Amino acid sequence: MSLDTVDQAKSHPDTEQPWRELGLKADEYARIKEILGRRPTSSELAMYSVMWSEHCSYKSSKVHLKQFGEKAPKSDALLVGIGENAGVVDIGQGYAVTFKIESHNHPSFVEPYQGAATGVGGIVRDILTMGARPIAVMDSLRFGLADAPDTRRVLPGVVAGVGGYGNCLGLPNVGGEIVFDETYAGNPLVNALCVGVMRHEDIKLATAHGTGNLVVLFGAKTGGDGIGGVSVLASETFATGKAAKRPSVQVGDPFAEKVLIECSLEIFAADLVVGIQDLGGAGLSCATSELASAGSGGMAIQLDKVPLRDQSLSPEEILMSESQERMCAIVEPSKLQAFMKICRKWDVTATVIGEVTDGDRLHITFNNELIVDVPPRTVAHDGPVYNRPLAKPAYLADLKPTNIPKVDSAADITRELLAVISSPNIADKSWVTDQYDRYVQGNSVLAQPEDSGMIRIDEESHLGVAISTDANARWSYLDPYNGAKLALLESCRNIATSGAKPLAVTNCLNFGSPEDPGVMWQFAETVRGLADICLEMGLPVTGGNVSFYNQTGAVAILPTPVIGVLGVIEDVRSRTPMGIPAPNLRIVQIGNTVDNLSGSQWAYLHGQLGNTVPTPDIAAETKLINFLLQAQPLLESAHDISDGGLASALTESTLRHNVGARIDLPGQYIPGGVAAALFSETPGRVMATVHPDNYEALEKLAKAMEVPMHIIGESGGDSLIINDASIALNDLRQAFTQTLPKLFG
Amino acid sequence: MRIGVVTFPGSLDDSSALRAIRVAGGTPVPLFHASDDLKEVEAVVLPGGFSYGDYLRCGAISRFAPIMSSIIIAAEHGFPVLGICNGFQILCESHLLPGALTRNQGLHFVCTDQPLTVENNRTPWTSGYEVGSRLVIPIKNGEGSFQASAETLNELESEGRIVLRYADRNPNGSQHDIAGITNARGNVVGVMPHPEQAIETLTGPSTDGLGFFTSVLQSLVGR
Repeated sequence: MSLDTVDQAKSHPDTEQPWRELGLKADEYARIKEILGRRPTSSELAMYSVMWSEHCSYKSSKVHLKQFGEKAPKSDALLVGIGENAGVVDIGQGYAVTFKIESHNHPSFVEPYQGAATGVGGIVRDILTMGARPIAVMDSLRFGLADAPDTRRVLPGVVAGVGGYGNCLGLPNVGGEIVFDETYAGNPLVNALCVGVMRHEDIKLATAHGTGNLVVLFGAKTGGDGIGGVSVLASETFATGKAAKRPSVQVGDPFAEKVLIECSLEIFAADLVVGIQDLGGAGLSCATSELASAGSGGMAIQLDKVPLRDQSLSPEEILMSESQERMCAIVEPSKLQAFMKICRKWDVTATVIGEVTDGDRLHITFNNELIVDVPPRTVAHDGPVYNRPLAKPAYLADLKPTNIPKVDSAADITRELLAVISSPNIADKSWVTDQYDRYVQGNSVLAQPEDSGMIRIDEESHLGVAISTDANARWSYLDPYNGAKLALLESCRNIATSGAKPLAVTNCLNFGSPEDPGVMWQFAETVRGLADICLEMGLPVTGGNVSFYNQTGAVAILPTPVIGVLGVIEDVRSRTPMGIPAPNLRIVQIGNTVDNLSGSQWAYLHGQLGNTVPTPDIAAETKLINFLLQAQPLLESAHDISDGGLASALTESTLRHNVGARIDLPGQYIPGGVAAALFSETPGRVMATVHPDNYEALEKLAKAMEVPMHIIGESGGDSLIINDASIALNDLRQAFTQTLPKLFG
Repeated sequence: MRIGVVTFPGSLDDSSALRAIRVAGGTPVPLFHASDDLKEVEAVVLPGGFSYGDYLRCGAISRFAPIMSSIIIAAEHGFPVLGICNGFQILCESHLLPGALTRNQGLHFVCTDQPLTVENNRTPWTSGYEVGSRLVIPIKNGEGSFQASAETLNELESEGRIVLRYADRNPNGSQHDIAGITNARGNVVGVMPHPEQAIETLTGPSTDGLGFFTSVLQSLVGR
């Protein structure tokens, strides 16, 4: 095929172009012609189509996401906000932390191992790009039913991919989630989170300024993998059966990324870059247009200089390639030699591919022929914006309250408890997490199955951070506004339960098709709820990610806003672990149980969903968080009560160190009897243990801070005894730990 | 006392090994694969990780690094060398230790707190332990299954060259539950568990791993 140059586009204005196949709408194509005053060249068309895709342009979500800016709480902690590769927060002592969560859902369905692996790789590069050393990863995973045949294909591959890539990078995997639900069949969710740390003065931004500064591409060579992955793969439902529009998933090389991390950090430390951007979705199209539009606007790129793995790639393909492990830096000419020396030390390929220019156009040539001449802002930021129709879905009118038989006798308690804790959503996840390295770097203070992952930042001062990701999609399905609020509150509670103070929020919003008004309503309600709760809790949102089109035919996934909260802890030695450490401790429940089983795991096991979600009680949650932080020296252990209710919390906390417990339920304070006491997932509750000598002080503190607290039992023995029901810890362990190995062995 | 830790491209537990040496009271010295300069260290640790991405075979490319030629010569003269995980694999590829580490039985990467028994305390790296004492140290690898010929196994057993054995459960199918071995001279030790990740209870399951680093410092003093 001959080269489609700018001159060609001018002289042949009527050439038929495959804009529709590239995912553009007629009005979008018309808009491109209007911007350029001519038809785009095929390279320009490739760039616009990929950058204006849902994944890159947020065209359906933008009108809603702006609430995060409008409702942003005042925060001194926020150093870099939404819009950069990842937000940055101040954690004190001169340290800044950056964290972000991103989806790699569709690629993980097509090719589970590589999809998940490159999901980890992409988020790690986003963190690195900010100037930070990546220090930990987490992953929030959702699959179809655990015993469904396709889950057996997807899950082991995803887990091996997350582990294979993350382990090889030397990043401890300190937590996450695994949830099974039929709506994720065909639409698994792979959301990867990364945290990085740097000194304040080391923050780097994605900007290209300074005429004459050089554009350097470094890292892996460019190949044909993932071409069009962003615009086509991530934006279209598979149900339409357009097989031709499924290009290959990117292929990851974690060793190349590990070397790229060390090389980049050494380059940053020597202060050799003006700006930096990683190459992820939309590859060079994204990196060049974003760097240029964040700078003065002018940039000239010689595309034929890009080192290729496959010499047959056309310029359009080079621009769209999503080959992994590549970075793009803006370097002053006087520093180029030092830059190249570090790249040679790490055997990293680095090539000057262009320079920053006067003016405000991005010019790309291929063998001296001009193939792209665009205002970069129109590519990177001025994409279309849609205000899509919303409609409250009809299913909400047909919801029924739960109606599950009472739980009274010892046999009832034993049977129902074992059923809940052995169900795939609640059962022990070691089969998965033991495939991840949680120790590497030697700073992991807490990791799965603890309430949050906790990483030591400074060995001298003992400063640390905690991270938790949470979502309750069934609650979001019942009430997306409050569901989002509850997910954020749960994540904050997990942070505080471990002894850290919540500081900032990131999110990954996974939904069905935005072209479905019902899905769009779920999305709008979710964003509204999340923006409101962040304002109410005074927590800044540092960034986020939206994944639409998680839908098979008419069936969308449950609305799944995954919320990540970052917390800070002054001294990691004072963290609160979740396991009961010794016998003869008093076991308390902090917070009251409400008789509502809607959306609970127990109701799900009985084939019911229910109709209402608990009301988020922000005042009570705030009191609880403050109480947990102040009570920390008095507590021996603490564990959030959420998925699977008290039954699950008791199981996890007793099995951790093999210390049993005797529990008396319901007590006078629980409406709804034993069933609600054990299986309700009422938010705002924590199970804790306290030494009898400290109990009085704890009770006094609870009263003073207006936090309800109830003694529910005592630790000790080798059984979990609830009223008249006694389950030997060995039997409990058997039920809790065998589910996943049996399914996926 | 200067103890070196080699960073290969893809080494991951190098920083933890340097920390462990410091915590044990030694002077940690970073060494780089591309130089053959041992910087006057008195012992060396080859850390865990995925050097060269485990391409070809684990340790197969690192074995040819310039630093390894210096280490191989020094080791043949009694210089203490500890290979941890990927370091153990590199020692086997270098023929400083016999046998090979292969894919785990079950084919999964395994990260777990592993009970171990000390079998040999005559090496500079284990002299501080009692024979028969039980340790809990993390393992984290995908290729940790120790395999050797019957003849080699016989030799290792009869000469008491098995340093550590897996206790309670064999996590990866290693022959004779072998978790660590030494060479005939006793100065080169390879272990699959990560003692550098068990030096403080805050970040590890125990402090059982610190003994490897205090042992070598002690034996260098006594030399």
